[in-house]
Amino acid sequence: MSTVQQRLAARGLDGTTLLVAPALIALLALFVAPFAYGVAVSLSPKVGPFTDSYRRFFADPFMRETIGHTLALALPTTLVSLLLAVPIAFRVRLMRNQRLLTTILVLPVTLGTVLVAQGLLTYLGPPGWFNRVLIWAGVLSGPVKLTNNYWGVFASLVITGFPFTFLLTLSALSGIDPALEQAAATLGAGARRRFVRITWPLLLPGLAVTFCLSFVQAFAVFPSAVLLGAPAGSTHVISIAAYHAAFEQYDASLGAAIAMIMGAVQLGVVGTVLGARSLLYRGPVGGTKG
Amino acid sequence: MGANPGRLGETLELRGLRRDFGGFAALKGLDLAIAPGEFVALLGPSGCGKTTALNCIAGLSPLSGGSITLGGRRIDTLPPERRGFGMVFQSYALFPHMSARRNVGFGLDMQRVPRREAAARIDEALALVHLGAQADKLPGQMSGGQQQRVAIARAIVIRPPVVLMDEPLSNLDAKLRLEMRAEIRRIHDAIGSTTIYVTHDQDEALSMADRIVVMREGAIRQTGTPADLYERPAAPDVAEFMGFRTRMAGRVVSADGASAAIETFGTIVQVTQRGPLAVGQHVTLMVRPEDMLAGPAGVPAVVRIAEYRGRAFFGAAMTACGSELFFRSERVVHGGDQVLLAARPEQILSYPA
Repeated sequence: MSTVQQRLAARGLDGTTLLVAPALIALLALFVAPFAYGVAVSLSPKVGPFTDSYRRFFADPFMRETIGHTLALALPTTLVSLLLAVPIAFRVRLMRNQRLLTTILVLPVTLGTVLVAQGLLTYLGPPGWFNRVLIWAGVLSGPVKLTNNYWGVFASLVITGFPFTFLLTLSALSGIDPALEQAAATLGAGARRRFVRITWPLLLPGLAVTFCLSFVQAFAVFPSAVLLGAPAGSTHVISIAAYHAAFEQYDASLGAAIAMIMGAVQLGVVGTVLGARSLLYRGPVGGTKG
Repeated sequence: MGANPGRLGETLELRGLRRDFGGFAALKGLDLAIAPGEFVALLGPSGCGKTTALNCIAGLSPLSGGSITLGGRRIDTLPPERRGFGMVFQSYALFPHMSARRNVGFGLDMQRVPRREAAARIDEALALVHLGAQADKLPGQMSGGQQQRVAIARAIVIRPPVVLMDEPLSNLDAKLRLEMRAEIRRIHDAIGSTTIYVTHDQDEALSMADRIVVMREGAIRQTGTPADLYERPAAPDVAEFMGFRTRMAGRVVSADGASAAIETFGTIVQVTQRGPLAVGQHVTLMVRPEDMLAGPAGVPAVVRIAEYRGRAFFGAAMTACGSELFFRSERVVHGGDQVLLAARPEQILSYPA
């Protein structure tokens, strides 16, 4: 005869399970409930049928285009961050004193987007050092406009996103047993073929996850799009549209609907990438059962 | 010895091999010539530089000095991918995203061997390691022993002039280790390559190698056949490594060229004389535990610990002056018992102290 306790324990439910409770409560109260509330609000417009907020978003080209604007910022900046992170991670992995360089590379995380935006405004602006040095060196004849447009936001997203991308890439790369590359070398593979045949396929699943996390972060761009970009033009991103609807037009339903659309687009991209990842080899990268 | 007449090999020669890590000298000038088809074991305790030596030969670790030649051609300047040596890693280092078959075929692919020939050679290599049925499994789906066989097949399928093995059996259980010893030797004889085998296990080295190179602190201490090393270690530290665990300090009482009498722990011990010994000279005597028997006469000692190992007891005993002697006993002994320990003269090694 087994007691209820024993039967629950056999299913993995015991006193320890209670430790999940605080996180579960927080998740329900801070994520699930607001999300459900948001869905409900988005489906109760001030006037018209329950889908009217969604219809209005897609009917208005100025709003509809924000999806494209945001993707045009988030996708390339995430890719650029990854492309920068991979070679640097390769080098850092081999270094005996990783900590100093890693600290320097990760420092921008602590700065916050507003500070970075402020710095970039002065640095990249027409009278800033970037233009002055290039003009002095004769590369440019006059200042190029790098702020209050797409490129200002682009630079800011790369700077704030890179440390995050780099850390994730480094950890994915560090997980790959260096003996695998050595084995490939003894079997006649030069550096290029070692990368293409061994390291890259083993790194790719980790990079896919890194891409998703970095992309989601970049897709939510807001302060730098306002401060460094052209918030009424090319950097009129989806979070600006949501803010505008909710807090300037006081249309909570439209704001909530835009937030839902934003989530759906993110989910679409992440789902596509993770779906492609599931086609890759995702087992251990240590080389041995251990 | 292991030289295979069917295959023309080339001598691998290491001259003054040095490798420094910062201020630490891991290899202090290694000189070694290895004949084609020979099976050489690099034997030594961990940290003696044997794996460093192997990595230098493979090209995975750059030299700080010295040279490596194969058939007179200098190869230490070549990157690992252009040396064409097969290597079996301690962790196997199988490519986890490739099936056993593709792991084995990787080297052939790199050499751009035509597909049909490659397939035949992969089959041959897998058959040689008795691993036909598992060919399409991923390494993660195989047991340690099977992974080991894939790693060996992958290293030999490229028909390397030299196969390097870095403690390939250390991750296997005891039974499999014994099996694989014989397997590796069989494969070596079948392919006729030169094999350099790194291990810290003297049983492995003794049972597999044509020649054993004993290393310590980055230098070669002795080179010889298994019998040379087992019976005639050149120095006390080599003897210790070859299982002569008991060390006794003594003084020569008489020597007639064939045998000598040595006083140790207040007892006279007869030893077979292997080198010149002068009366009054201080010597170190060394004996294996299995040769040091508890009996009616010998050095008196008190048993500290004894364990039954089937058929006999093995233990450690303490002499009155605090030296530890390792012994064997045919009858039951317990901790605290008084025993008299003696060995036959030819089983005792004597070295000038």
